[in-house]
Amino acid sequence: MIINVARKELKSVFASPMGWVILSLLMFAFGTQYLNGVNDYFAVMSGAMRPAERTGVTQFVGQSVYGLASFIMLFAVPLLSMRLIAEERRSQTLPFLFSAPISLTEIVVGKFLGLVAFLSILVVFIGAMLATLNIWSDIDFGFLLANSLGLLLMVASFSALGIYFSSLTQQPVIAAILTFIALFALMMLDRFFAGDPTNIVGNLSLTRHFQSFSNGLIDSADVVYFVLFAATFLTLTVRRLDADRLRG
Amino acid sequence: MNNYTVEAIELTRLYGGNEAVSNVNFTLSKGEVLGFLGPNGAGKSTTMKMLTGNLAPSRGSVKICGVDMMENPKEAKALIGYLPEMRPLYKELTVDEYLVMAARLHRVSTKHIKSAVENAKERCGLGHMSKRLIENLSNGYQQRVGIAQAIIHKPMVVILDEPTVGLDPIQIRDIRALIREVGGEHSVIISTHILPEVEMVCDRVQIIDKGKLVFNGSIDVLKRQRVGNKLLIGLRNPPAIEDVLKIAGVSEAESLESGMVRVRFAEGATPAEDIVQAAVQQGWGLYQIAPDQTSLEDVFVQLTYQEQAAV
Repeated sequence: MIINVARKELKSVFASPMGWVILSLLMFAFGTQYLNGVNDYFAVMSGAMRPAERTGVTQFVGQSVYGLASFIMLFAVPLLSMRLIAEERRSQTLPFLFSAPISLTEIVVGKFLGLVAFLSILVVFIGAMLATLNIWSDIDFGFLLANSLGLLLMVASFSALGIYFSSLTQQPVIAAILTFIALFALMMLDRFFAGDPTNIVGNLSLTRHFQSFSNGLIDSADVVYFVLFAATFLTLTVRRLDADRLRG
Repeated sequence: MNNYTVEAIELTRLYGGNEAVSNVNFTLSKGEVLGFLGPNGAGKSTTMKMLTGNLAPSRGSVKICGVDMMENPKEAKALIGYLPEMRPLYKELTVDEYLVMAARLHRVSTKHIKSAVENAKERCGLGHMSKRLIENLSNGYQQRVGIAQAIIHKPMVVILDEPTVGLDPIQIRDIRALIREVGGEHSVIISTHILPEVEMVCDRVQIIDKGKLVFNGSIDVLKRQRVGNKLLIGLRNPPAIEDVLKIAGVSEAESLESGMVRVRFAEGATPAEDIVQAAVQQGWGLYQIAPDQTSLEDVFVQLTYQEQAAV
């Protein structure tokens, strides 16, 4: 049942040009960054004489592409997640889902998975693009895997937050703006607490938890952080929709 | 187990302390078409939302074929097809895509989806619209898609909220025929504020006003109230009322402003022939004689008014 809701979401993303446009524009941006990364690699490495200054091509290009990806997702996810519930509420299509034999949790998780499935197309494409480096070099697939997983988890957390804000309002644009502000704040949080790495509030920052992934490290603490983050906002969304049913 | 497909038990819904629906009780049996009547804001849609699990009742319960909507929402919802007042159509999809999705969400098994979609399209006259975007369909066809969506999983109960609003007369006629057809196999609840519609498609009528059920009974009861034992007679040279009263069977007569005479007669009496004879013999200039029907509107107003007076 969850899968059917997810399929519905995927279908409606691709039913309009929006899904395709977003995919192509983002891939254009990542592709450009990738090409620049490869060019820069030769420029930088030809100047780096000592062995300590030399880094692998995977890390050099990978970090720049994944760095850009996590930044661009900050804008892309709110634009995609805003429609999920707000749009349905505005066009009054929610009763279609509510009167079908599926629970609220299934609806919310289905919508969430639908969006994550769409975004994971990008994650897979980025991974595939970087894997082409392997043609003339010997790259570190572990690094790619860790980064892909990190990006996927982060994007999933963005989506969960986006769904929650989408469930609060009827206006998709408001949902997008709120999501963007909240995500931006969460990304910037560790800048404010840069002087105190043990600060609890600083630890809530999404960027901090993405860092270990971007260094090629899969830390279970960070995985748990992202999973809990997503679960929290999905639960809040279910509760919000339940309140609709109770209070009307 | 009784044979009720829908049982509403003391349904009450509060909106910030106001009772939008209060203590509504009714049952529906298999194969019946129930008309839900009421003025705007009477609580029709609220009741329907509660019946379909879109809104939680403040008190009371709903049972669909004996399954409680609060305790087993999934099982209960699987037995219902619902078309809300605002059609829940995803306009960016084609008719086929939308109906396949509806079938999937209503747990139609994968191998039956195709036949279910074909069947629903055929019943709603949508066969040639399969590949069209819902957005580009006319209002009437969109409404048909809405109905197709509600019957695609062959539910026990079909609930349609104002299915004929905003359609042209031909579309309304088609949709009424469709509702009748659906009513043959499923139980149907339709809400409307168009009274003749109820008379055409429903077996039973419920009138709701200010959240309370003021009438619940067979359509025949309503019709009987409507026809009454009255004749309306048009005379060019109307005689004195006393002369009319002399005719056998006439119990009451009054002249109306339009020059017509309204005659009441006792139950079982048929004074029409005598009246015509008297009119011919005495040269009253008869040009019209017809049973005087109270319009359903009047009955409706009476019923809702009585309730107010009683309170």
